[in-house]
Amino acid sequence: MGILGLLIPISLGLGMIGLLAFFWALKRGQFEDPDGDAYRILRKDYDERPKP
Amino acid sequence: MSTCMTQALNAPQLAACPACAAAPLAEHLAALPQNAKIMLSLPQIHCAACISDVERALLNVEGVTEARVNLTLRRAAIEAAPQITAQDLTQLLQQAGFEAHELDADMLSTTQADTQSRDLLMRLGVAFFAMMNVMLLSVAIWSGADGVTRDMMHWISAAIAIPAVIFCGRPFYVSAFWALRAGRLNMDVPITLALVLALGTSLFETMQSGQHAYFDAAIALCFFLLGGRYLDHRTRAGARSAAQELAALDVPRACRLRDGIEERVLAAELCLGDLVRVKAGGRIPVDGVVREGRSEVDRALMTGETLPAFVQENSSVSAGEVNLTGSLVIETHAAGRDTALHKIAELVAAAEAGRGNYTSLADQAAKLYAPGVHILAGVSAVGWWLATQDARIAFNIAAAVLIITCPCALGLAVPAVTTAASGRLFRKGMLVKNGTALERLSEVDTVVFDKTGTLTLGALQALDLQTLPDGAKRVALGLAQASSHPLAQAVSKGLQGLGVRPSAVTDLSEKPGFGVEGDWRGKTVRLGRAAWVGAQGGDVTATYLKIGDAEPLAINFTDTIRLGAAQTIAALKAQGMRVVLMSGDTEGSVSRLANALGIEDVQAQVLPAEKAARIAALAQAGGKVLMVGDGLNDTAALSAAHVSISPASAVDAARSASDIVLMGADLSVMLDALGTAGQARRRIRENFAIATIYNVIAVPFAVMGLATPLVAALAMSSSSITVSLNALRLR
Repeated sequence: MGILGLLIPISLGLGMIGLLAFFWALKRGQFEDPDGDAYRILRKDYDERPKP
Repeated sequence: MSTCMTQALNAPQLAACPACAAAPLAEHLAALPQNAKIMLSLPQIHCAACISDVERALLNVEGVTEARVNLTLRRAAIEAAPQITAQDLTQLLQQAGFEAHELDADMLSTTQADTQSRDLLMRLGVAFFAMMNVMLLSVAIWSGADGVTRDMMHWISAAIAIPAVIFCGRPFYVSAFWALRAGRLNMDVPITLALVLALGTSLFETMQSGQHAYFDAAIALCFFLLGGRYLDHRTRAGARSAAQELAALDVPRACRLRDGIEERVLAAELCLGDLVRVKAGGRIPVDGVVREGRSEVDRALMTGETLPAFVQENSSVSAGEVNLTGSLVIETHAAGRDTALHKIAELVAAAEAGRGNYTSLADQAAKLYAPGVHILAGVSAVGWWLATQDARIAFNIAAAVLIITCPCALGLAVPAVTTAASGRLFRKGMLVKNGTALERLSEVDTVVFDKTGTLTLGALQALDLQTLPDGAKRVALGLAQASSHPLAQAVSKGLQGLGVRPSAVTDLSEKPGFGVEGDWRGKTVRLGRAAWVGAQGGDVTATYLKIGDAEPLAINFTDTIRLGAAQTIAALKAQGMRVVLMSGDTEGSVSRLANALGIEDVQAQVLPAEKAARIAALAQAGGKVLMVGDGLNDTAALSAAHVSISPASAVDAARSASDIVLMGADLSVMLDALGTAGQARRRIRENFAIATIYNVIAVPFAVMGLATPLVAALAMSSSSITVSLNALRLR
């Protein structure tokens, strides 16, 4: 049973990391243009160097 | 790039063409920001290459610091130095092969809609996180944990669920609060009560080391309901922003004359007494009197007349009319809000007030449902209290009943279906602007059409050209090619289609407002208005050809029938609908069109106010009227009707008054809308039935005190998922 004291906080912490990542993505506007982002990942424009 | 090509064919044409630019209702355009963002509409972009090409083209311009394409909304947001105008950029993109239009950034006001949807999405995310964790903890309880372990699981669940429910459920609490303040019951009242009661009794149970706590059910409830809310919001926000975009396409500018110098200003800045120059082909921005010039004006959008009217010095003109041939200088008598255009807005307000309040299916269900569950929960609590004299059990039972009956599936039933149906119609080129439009559309039994611009394209076609003598044909073509007047262009197009070659007409000159004159083999030849060539004008749109001293020859015109119009009307009649043609145009041209399309019920020369009154009369007689129209004269009728459709070419007042906007030129997609609306209504009813069946099965368990949190979780999730899947069958 003692292991629960370790596992529950760990699972909650992992979930919290996911939630924070979601907040970050939301704040960065990653849900504004789902259609465009699906295509953007396939283009080669900034393969050589990042966008200035 | 072959995929790119096929997508180009399938891509929905979001924005209207520049020719569809609507009347300048410019009052809300105070001033364009000097060096803020430029927004462009890019209706044809559809693939990765388009994004790259557009962004590269824009960033190559000196002074552009940032350019980002949004493919979902088909827009580009550009930050640029003040000297760069939207016009430069649209021209640049046009050259690169992308259709582009300036959007009025102020009018889009996307920020508000965006923050709202972001807010909902954030709450949805928090609810999901909390739900998954609480569910995981609950698995231990469901599989038989007891004693200290169960209590610990309950306490951890409480620590997660209580703050999460308080935070995520805010939209429901706010809505329930406003409903109660107004003395009504809506769906959110039982939701709020269920959440509060579930958390309260569960917390109490946990303190007493009780067996059952409903933390998982409460947070799952929140998650599913927020999901429904978010779907609903996204559908409406998408349609609303596209409709706003249509309105923002038209940034009305006028050419003001001040001390002989012309300057481009926003139409909203014009004041009383300003002189405005309107070139041939331009739209008149103000109400006023002609001071210089002669021309003909097209009043089709204002009155539905197809025959252009002659204007000269001291004739009055009103905003929204199109100047056809000559350049005019107009003295402003009324601008912005004071124009005749705005009298129509008053009619619209009156018509909207007259339209009976429509109760949506969701509201109807809520009306039955909300009191029902409260009574049921109350009765079972009282019953258990009488039987056991134990308030703790009574409260537990009441909470269980409220959770089991909580309208998860009901909350999803309507938005899931409207989202799927609107998405399907959007792919076919229709924009559903109103949440209840599809429900109302499925009830329609009478369809009223406007003529000009709706059943017809407003583009004229010359009739019986082959019956003209050969010589006359060639002279007519020679004259017609010299003019840009729509009638002349129709003649020249028709004659060229017949393979006629123009004769050499010399000394061609256009007499604005009258017609074209020239010299042919020493004779004066004229093509133009009846009075000018000495002919007797009829009530049919016509132009006259006079060669020398010979008797003038009439060339009659008819409006081109819109693609799919005949098919649509035949199909509507086959479905047993009453089809009415109601137009402000003359008797002759209306009845000719009615004959061509097979409409028996015809009403011509109807004034705008009369149109609305006749629609109201039809509704009084028990008809559910669908109004299809595009002109300013239809606007009041569009708002008075049970449900309304307008084509994208309509003026923006008409588009904003109507519930559905047709983006393409084909009218027959309307039939798809009717079909989909019928299906959507059936799906909504099926969803209500599914939700009811779940309740009927689960409620007895809850009332008898057999509903464990596991049963609640199963019933809730499975009914929500079934309802969503049923809605998806519409796609």
